[in-house]
Amino acid sequence: MNKIVEKEHFSANVIKLVVEAPLIARSRKAGHFVIVKVGEKGERVPLTIAEADVEKGTITLVIQTVGVSTNKLCALEVGDSITDLVGPLGRATHIENFGTVVCAGGGVGVAPMLPIIEAMKKAGNRVVSVLAARSKDLIILEEQVRKHSDEVIIMTDDGSYGQKGLVTDGVEAVINREKVDLCVTIGPAIMMKFVSLLTKKYNVPTMASLNTIMVDGTGMCGACRITVDGKVRFVCVDGPEFDAHKVDFDEMLLRQRAYK
Amino acid sequence: MTRQEYMQQKRSEAWRDELRKSVKAKERGERPRVHMPELDPEIRSHELKMEVNQGLTEEQAVFEAGRCLDCANPTCVTGCPVEINIPTFIKNIERGNYLEAARTLKETSALPAVCGRVCPQEKQCESKCIYIQKMGKEPVAIGYLERFAADYERLSGQISVPEIPNRNGIKIAVVGSGPAGLSFAGDMVKRGYDITVFEALHEIGGVLKYGIPEFRLPNDIVDVEIDVLRKLGVKFEKNCIVGKTISYEDLHTAGFKGIFVGSGAGLPNFMGIPGENLIGIMSSNEYLTRVNLMDASNPESDTPVQLGKKVAVVGGGNTAMDAVRTARRLGAERAVIVYRRSEEEMPARVEEVKHAKEEGVDFLTLHNPLRYEGDEQGHVSRMLLQKMELGEPDASGRRKPVPIEGATEWMDVDEVIVSVGVSPNPLIPSAFSGLEVTKWGTIVINESTMKTDLPDVYAGGDIVRGGATVILAMGDGRRAAASMDEALRGKE
Ligand SMILES: Cc1cc2nc3c(=O)[nH]c(=O)nc-3n(C[C@H](O)[C@H](O)[C@H](O)COP(=O)(O)OP(=O)(O)OC[C@H]3O[C@@H](n4cnc5c(N)ncnc54)[C@H](O)[C@@H]3O)c2cc1C
Ligand SMILES: Cc1cc2nc3c(=O)[nH]c(=O)nc-3n(C[C@H](O)[C@H](O)[C@H](O)COP(=O)(O)OP(=O)(O)OC[C@H]3O[C@@H](n4cnc5c(N)ncnc54)[C@H](O)[C@@H]3O)c2cc1C
Ligand code: SF4
Ligand code: SF4
Ligand code: FES
Repeated sequence: MNKIVEKEHFSANVIKLVVEAPLIARSRKAGHFVIVKVGEKGERVPLTIAEADVEKGTITLVIQTVGVSTNKLCALEVGDSITDLVGPLGRATHIENFGTVVCAGGGVGVAPMLPIIEAMKKAGNRVVSVLAARSKDLIILEEQVRKHSDEVIIMTDDGSYGQKGLVTDGVEAVINREKVDLCVTIGPAIMMKFVSLLTKKYNVPTMASLNTIMVDGTGMCGACRITVDGKVRFVCVDGPEFDAHKVDFDEMLLRQRAYK
Repeated sequence: MTRQEYMQQKRSEAWRDELRKSVKAKERGERPRVHMPELDPEIRSHELKMEVNQGLTEEQAVFEAGRCLDCANPTCVTGCPVEINIPTFIKNIERGNYLEAARTLKETSALPAVCGRVCPQEKQCESKCIYIQKMGKEPVAIGYLERFAADYERLSGQISVPEIPNRNGIKIAVVGSGPAGLSFAGDMVKRGYDITVFEALHEIGGVLKYGIPEFRLPNDIVDVEIDVLRKLGVKFEKNCIVGKTISYEDLHTAGFKGIFVGSGAGLPNFMGIPGENLIGIMSSNEYLTRVNLMDASNPESDTPVQLGKKVAVVGGGNTAMDAVRTARRLGAERAVIVYRRSEEEMPARVEEVKHAKEEGVDFLTLHNPLRYEGDEQGHVSRMLLQKMELGEPDASGRRKPVPIEGATEWMDVDEVIVSVGVSPNPLIPSAFSGLEVTKWGTIVINESTMKTDLPDVYAGGDIVRGGATVILAMGDGRRAAASMDEALRGKE
């Protein structure tokens, strides 16, 4: 049982929870995720560790409510406990000084992006973050992202904040303007697919963090499998990050709809 | 005293002599073997959790126990990987001392109620019984009797929880709560050690919980055994992945003096054929985990599961049988086993195959999937099968299946469960640097001590053997406990 010590609403359906998990706080790295389960009959859902505080022994989760399980989780209040929480899972992000890194995050994808932005900056990179959402109220974590980025570009579909346009427009503008050594993209599969197509055109190496359906998160079931470079990989143990140019996003888009 | 001498001593107790003489051997030999009462196939093919085998009645058990000749040289024991004192427990059943029978089982087996249900007895103890070896008759139903004694003890509420005389306080860590880890934990706690079992999942029991379905092994039975371990003082840490949540070094810092790795062979194999990632195609691990561990077919559970109407299960092992029988219970109109060899070569237990057939499962042997096709939503709709024939024996001694050129056919399906074996879990080998692993990913150990290349790490069960059996995993746990204890006491 892991107690919730802090709760904050970023928007109507994006919520931040700070949860007691001292062992995970200590061992996690950027890119890692946890699996949580709420209630005895709950589902196991994967969530990225957005931040961790080793001293307080807590981790931060940023959750977008999309269905049953995320709603159950976000209905919990400070003082309540999460029935099961396990991690850190997955491989940590490969962090080094690449030069200039563009971090393209869409919607709630900005949450898992945050620790990567922070680590990339710490490693000496010039970090340009592109945050995208449908409208202004869906842009999350802007302040935290600004703290660790050299530049932040905001894109909204409706132009209610930042520039009007898609995430790809923002990324393309940067690529046209300066040399980009690496692009990291996290968000809905369809967004990552288009970012990947764009950066491929410009030959910019790109990493995508995939959010497939999972059950155990430890390599035991294969629910999270996906084709990368013609080979079957398990996102929970081989990922969640992969070379975006090699990921079969169309297959991933279909597989995400398995239980619709 | 050697094990053999001990068994002889038990055999020469006065009551045993008397019992042996009370019925003529010839008369014993003429008794027909009992039949296990089973739930009606029509009922059970719709019932996910009702146990198929109902267990022997007391009368049946005593009668069957009377068949056992109490051999001076009980060959049956050589067929049991943990050398259960078979005649002693059976003769205790015959004289009506069921609790003593259960105690005998527990001398060597940590989970008799489990093994009595899932051991491949026909290939182990029973295959070595004198009835089948010398008399050309059906063997004594050792497995059924084992289950009877263990169930009797559990239902009597008089489960013996041994007193532990001197706790030595030495901390030992166990990685994984499957049969290997549980039997190791049981043996070590009885020797006085302070045991903590770390389990990655949110339930204790390993494959016994997430793999084997309740219609073969009810969860309650496993829970009772786990409860006994708790009462003995074993601590269980769920949701804790050794190598992720805590490291090898963390275990040392926390003062653990020995580590037993029983992390299993949990990784599913796929065939790597076109279309295998279509929706509706999944590993048996995923299917069984959803249904057994996550209770997905219960409307109150949040985890979904696809309920196929035309389900194909690829493979011929126990796991394949469990998956296909589960699919049938969850409403499949057609549930079919697709296996590339013939029925004779199937690794599944004979009983499971028989039960599956009674429940209306179809068997398509000598067929092998080549590829899958799906509809516009990416959902599997049919599979192409290659017909096979048996050729020369291969390395395993089984006749090798070879494709019949040009003989292929399509089969309509809406769900496919791939059950073509598992691989060892790579987590521990990659997290404990210095462990030697084979090219199959199993951990290398010294077979007599179960010790790995790291001085304080022992291993057993499927992580050492690849996919094996419950009883072998338990046997490994026991052996590792004995040798770790010896090593630790040697140090004092
Ligand atoms: C490694 C990893 C890290 C993740 N990190 C985060 C995170 O930090 N914050 C966050 O809010 N979400 C994250 N997700 C996604 C999150 O796990 C899903 O949104 C969640 O499982 C949905 O559960 P649900 O029961 O609420 O919705 P469901 O009822 O299962 O589904 C509702 C809708 O969401 C879609 N959906 C289901 N599963 C996923 C999925 N895995 N990804 C995208 N869409 C899905 C369904 O198709 C459906 O349309 C992550 C996923 C992965 C694999
Ligand atoms: C569906 C199915 C049916 C079967 N039927 C039979 C049968 O009828 N008869 C029979 O004898 N055998 C059967 N088997 C085989 C038998 O179940 C296995 O051989 C046996 O369970 C192996 O035991 P184990 O303790 O080695 O591993 P497991 O039972 O696999 O347990 C390993 C445990 O370790 C945990 N773990 C792994 N890594 C870590 C880590 N790093 N940290 C913490 N925990 C970890 C896992 O989550 C798991 O709970 C069947 C197997 C399956 C899958
Ligand atoms: S444990 Fe298994 S092999 Fe040994 S006696 Fe019991 S049923 Fe037979
Ligand atoms: S070999 Fe058969 S008859 Fe002889 S002791 Fe064993 S079970 Fe009994
Ligand atoms: S979630 Fe089960 S293997 Fe990845």
